[in-house]
Amino acid sequence: MSVYILCLILFCIGLYCVLRKRNIIKIIIGLGIIEYAINLFFVLVGYRTHGRAPILAKDQVISNMVDPIPQALVLTSIVIGLAVTALLVAIAIRIYEKYGTFDITKIRRLRG
Amino acid sequence: MKILPFFVIIPLSAAFLISLLGKKIKNFGDIIANLGTLSLLILSLNSVQLANAHKILVYKMGNWVPPIGICMVLDGLTSFMLVTVNLVSFLVAIYSISYMERYTDKYRFYTLFMLLLAGMNGIIVTGDLFNLFVFLEIASIASYALVAFGTEAEELEASFKYAVMGSVASSFILLAIALLYSYTSTLNMADISLVLSQKGRGMLINLVAILFLAGFGLKAALVPFHAWLPDAHPSAPAPISAMLSGVFIKVLGVYALCRVFFNILGVSSAISFALIILSIISMVVGAFLAIAQQDIKRMFAYSSISQIGYIIFAFGIGSPLAILGGLFHLFNHAVFKSLLFLNSGAIEYSTGTRDLKKLGGLNSQLPVTGYTGLLGSMSISGIPPFGGFWSKLIIIIAAIQAGYFLSAGVAILVSIVTLAYYLKFQSHTFFGKLNETRLKVKEVPLAMSLSMIILAIICVIAGFLLIPIFRPFLQNAVNVLLLGKGYKDAVFGAIR
Repeated sequence: MSVYILCLILFCIGLYCVLRKRNIIKIIIGLGIIEYAINLFFVLVGYRTHGRAPILAKDQVISNMVDPIPQALVLTSIVIGLAVTALLVAIAIRIYEKYGTFDITKIRRLRG
Repeated sequence: MKILPFFVIIPLSAAFLISLLGKKIKNFGDIIANLGTLSLLILSLNSVQLANAHKILVYKMGNWVPPIGICMVLDGLTSFMLVTVNLVSFLVAIYSISYMERYTDKYRFYTLFMLLLAGMNGIIVTGDLFNLFVFLEIASIASYALVAFGTEAEELEASFKYAVMGSVASSFILLAIALLYSYTSTLNMADISLVLSQKGRGMLINLVAILFLAGFGLKAALVPFHAWLPDAHPSAPAPISAMLSGVFIKVLGVYALCRVFFNILGVSSAISFALIILSIISMVVGAFLAIAQQDIKRMFAYSSISQIGYIIFAFGIGSPLAILGGLFHLFNHAVFKSLLFLNSGAIEYSTGTRDLKKLGGLNSQLPVTGYTGLLGSMSISGIPPFGGFWSKLIIIIAAIQAGYFLSAGVAILVSIVTLAYYLKFQSHTFFGKLNETRLKVKEVPLAMSLSMIILAIICVIAGFLLIPIFRPFLQNAVNVLLLGKGYKDAVFGAIR
């Protein structure tokens, strides 16, 4: 149970980082933390203590195995996260070229 | 049922080909994008007939039987959404031929455009929850890049804001999927519904429902989650604003929300109450913020928030008549909001500004834009013979029938406010005195005016969708949502 709570704490750290930090690079890092927290949670959902990979072979009895589907899904999710992070960093670099700052409170040319 | 995978294959392969050859061959992007969207439109019209004849069709990917493999489902709602999306995207692709000449790297635009379309079509046809998430991310990433397409300071800022909020929303959706998987051990939508009905709804399902509501609500720009939309939609190039406001928020927000709540989790009274409250706030806030705007596209963006409120309100009521009205309003809004955004693009193309204070009297110089804009404005503000009037009327009648008198009154008042700000738009741009520096302003090229004229004609005749001959198009979609949790039996019935 404690691992799930740790996941939740990691998620909350990421959310805090996105909501409260003023530097846009730190916001991007916060998004990464959120994503890792969810990926970790997803893998833990399929984890079994002392489980092993569910590969079927002759003269082997598998009594306790890890659920492979969350692992496959998390791989996909990591790739998606990579794409989003790369795009965000690219945008952040262009923002720095235009505004000369990473401070989110000074990047305010759009009005409410 | 063999046509289903093509809704994803065609745009994906078009995006691939355009990015590969677009730089070398002149006009390659224009041709492939238009051919691709035209074939998608024809396929989607064909899918309406199929859905009408067979009720439900299931395509098994790689011949794996669904609870194990991924499936694609074609039913009334799917075909309805496919027609809406592909109709708008075809006309937007025609419009982009001339409009996108202002930008460099036109082929990159088409690549992202086709990826956006692949993501949206994928969300609509898929019958697997994680697959839905993947397509949702494809569409979202393409839209973040498209909002920043002009790479000016404001566009980058809007795109960053949108991307951060969109990523947080996607995280919520992924977390909800993870929790749902831990409870049901399956990802197939019909199978999740089956397991939930056998196992009973635990407390966990309420948490999942809230996470889905927050995630899809942010994608649909319901009011507490709307802050990105008025920045992101005006910053994108006009064809993309039309796509984003016209169909994107409906597919990623409204369609996904309906599919998850009506067909998988089931609508509890708490959820429908939450939907009604959020939608009423969206309607009012969107409309009142729209009046104050001086930028045309920003006004339209706030108007989208307000109109999405109407659609969600109808689904919150949940009676058969209300769902009919909601879906009909979704179709109408897709048509007239994309028309209005294309109009704003045409105004910017000809005059170089979209500030209401600097425009005026353009009707003499831009007759096609002026009259199509007038038709679009009349339709969205609910003037009688147009489609927008009928859909709003149905929603309000349904609200009164269901006993939501106060909400119905608010909906009528918001409709009047809508009329007010569209009158402001008309009087400040097309009527009044022409600025003398604009005497040389010419009408936009043929491709742009053609797509605006077709959209305006659809606006006028959209009311005919309610007459008995065309009624199955809407009614089949309504039936799918009314079926509720019977969706699983329909899907499993079609597999066997």
